[in-house]
Amino acid sequence: MPAYGVNTPPMDATKPLASAVCKLSVSDLNFYYGEFQALKNISMEIFANQVTAFIGPSGCGKSTFLRTLNRMNETVRGSRAEGQILLDGVNILDQEVAYVRRRVGMVFQRSNPFPKSIFDNVAYGLRINGLATRATLREKVENSLRRAALWDEVKDKLNQSAYSLSGGQQQRLCIARALAVDPEVLLLDEPCSALDPIATAKIEDLIFQLKSSCTIVIVTHNMQQAARVADNTGFFLLGRLIEFDNTAVIFKNPAKKETEDYVTGRFG
Amino acid sequence: MTNLHTLRRKTVNIVMLTITGLCTLFAAGTLIYILGYLFVHGATSLTWDFFTKLPTPVGESGGGMANAIVGSGKLLFLASVFGIPIGFLGGVFLAEFGGSTFSYIVRYVTDLLNGVPSIVIGIFAYTMVVLPQKHFSTLAGGLALGVMMIPIAVRSTEEFLRAVPDSLREGAVALGASKAKSILTVVIPAAKNGIMTGIMLNLARVAGETAPLLFTSFGNRYWSSGWEQPISALPVMIFTYAVAPYEDWHKQAWAAGFVLLTMVLTVNIIARAVLSKRKHVAR
Repeated sequence: MPAYGVNTPPMDATKPLASAVCKLSVSDLNFYYGEFQALKNISMEIFANQVTAFIGPSGCGKSTFLRTLNRMNETVRGSRAEGQILLDGVNILDQEVAYVRRRVGMVFQRSNPFPKSIFDNVAYGLRINGLATRATLREKVENSLRRAALWDEVKDKLNQSAYSLSGGQQQRLCIARALAVDPEVLLLDEPCSALDPIATAKIEDLIFQLKSSCTIVIVTHNMQQAARVADNTGFFLLGRLIEFDNTAVIFKNPAKKETEDYVTGRFG
Repeated sequence: MTNLHTLRRKTVNIVMLTITGLCTLFAAGTLIYILGYLFVHGATSLTWDFFTKLPTPVGESGGGMANAIVGSGKLLFLASVFGIPIGFLGGVFLAEFGGSTFSYIVRYVTDLLNGVPSIVIGIFAYTMVVLPQKHFSTLAGGLALGVMMIPIAVRSTEEFLRAVPDSLREGAVALGASKAKSILTVVIPAAKNGIMTGIMLNLARVAGETAPLLFTSFGNRYWSSGWEQPISALPVMIFTYAVAPYEDWHKQAWAAGFVLLTMVLTVNIIARAVLSKRKHVAR
């Protein structure tokens, strides 16, 4: 297998190459927490309507990289990013941050619903961004809950506290909340790490359904999960992107020794 | 040898348990004794007139402290107007925008202010308001109590905002909210119960303050005729009546103490009940 090169869409037998549209193009990205360099010269392309997974050991920079894609890392004091992250050809590092985050939504490792009702949680992004009128708000909230496969479970208790839901439901509520503002890219930071296998399966099903309407990037510790859900997988180690290719290639026939050691479990 | 050792260990255990138990009893007993004594004397001295009538002139029995109850209410209202906005916004700053040397200094100074004796706060209000105006006033008393509220309002607001998990701030910001908007729409609402409770406890605390009022709002045996005039307050009335040589006044002081304590205790119990069952606590 040839190593992945910039501008080369990953091999995917099920998909003609021409259909792979580049959504996010990252080039020479370096990221620093103060003196510490957390990301070193990352370049990669993330394709529209595909699922891209990042794997790697703890502290390898995969979450940091995910969080630069909607500039969430900027909330850390003393951090800075160098390089380019093009979203539809425009560098997000030069754009207004709230605008970037509305287009690139995020779901976190631990579900973090607001201490509000289920309805108000989903309506939050619509309200603060002025994206819905009174008349359309209810409809948009319902739509988002449907997209997150949660509507049937909560339609009779929209005014109850979000904390009355189970862990898996809370995580899907957070996905619904992110979907409400209609993001083009959805970042998932280990979304299932705190969930049981059944709740995990529901989220994975959801990822398949959402692929048609947005681009998904997921960080996971669970390699089987990456193998199940992702079209392309990137392997990170010590702040570098070691290898990025079609998921099948990464798991069955990786080009780099480090990748092979990691996916076969020979790596600490 | 072993038996001797065991005996010694057991004796020490019993002696220490007795000492700590007695100290606990003494601590709790003091409160129970005060409450009981005040209840017996206060409740028996309390009449309906206490809430509806003005104090009577010396030598005439009966009367009440209606003016002092209303006076305390007006003073607490003024104290809230001065103290709560400054304390609350200061707390928001320290919790959400702090971290620098400046906020370290602010926090330190606030703690120092909290330790300033209340009579010194009274002198401050006296110098700032009473001296320039050349007369005692409700305003000066309210200002003194307001200044006393600031440090606790700052620190309690800060503590409750800090208790809000960062994941909620992240969640709001990730949806395109600005920092200010995330604080207004997510962080403060999440800490609302705690902040309100802190303010209630704060009010209950200054409601019993006497020293800062002695030479600011001064006291008044009649209805106060305006914010610019001296006004009566329950703690000051207790002081005046308790040291007077008339048996009838002592009873009025007991009744006033009982009313004040009941108010403070009620607020305390409600506040604690609200705090202990916060529904919306994020994990």
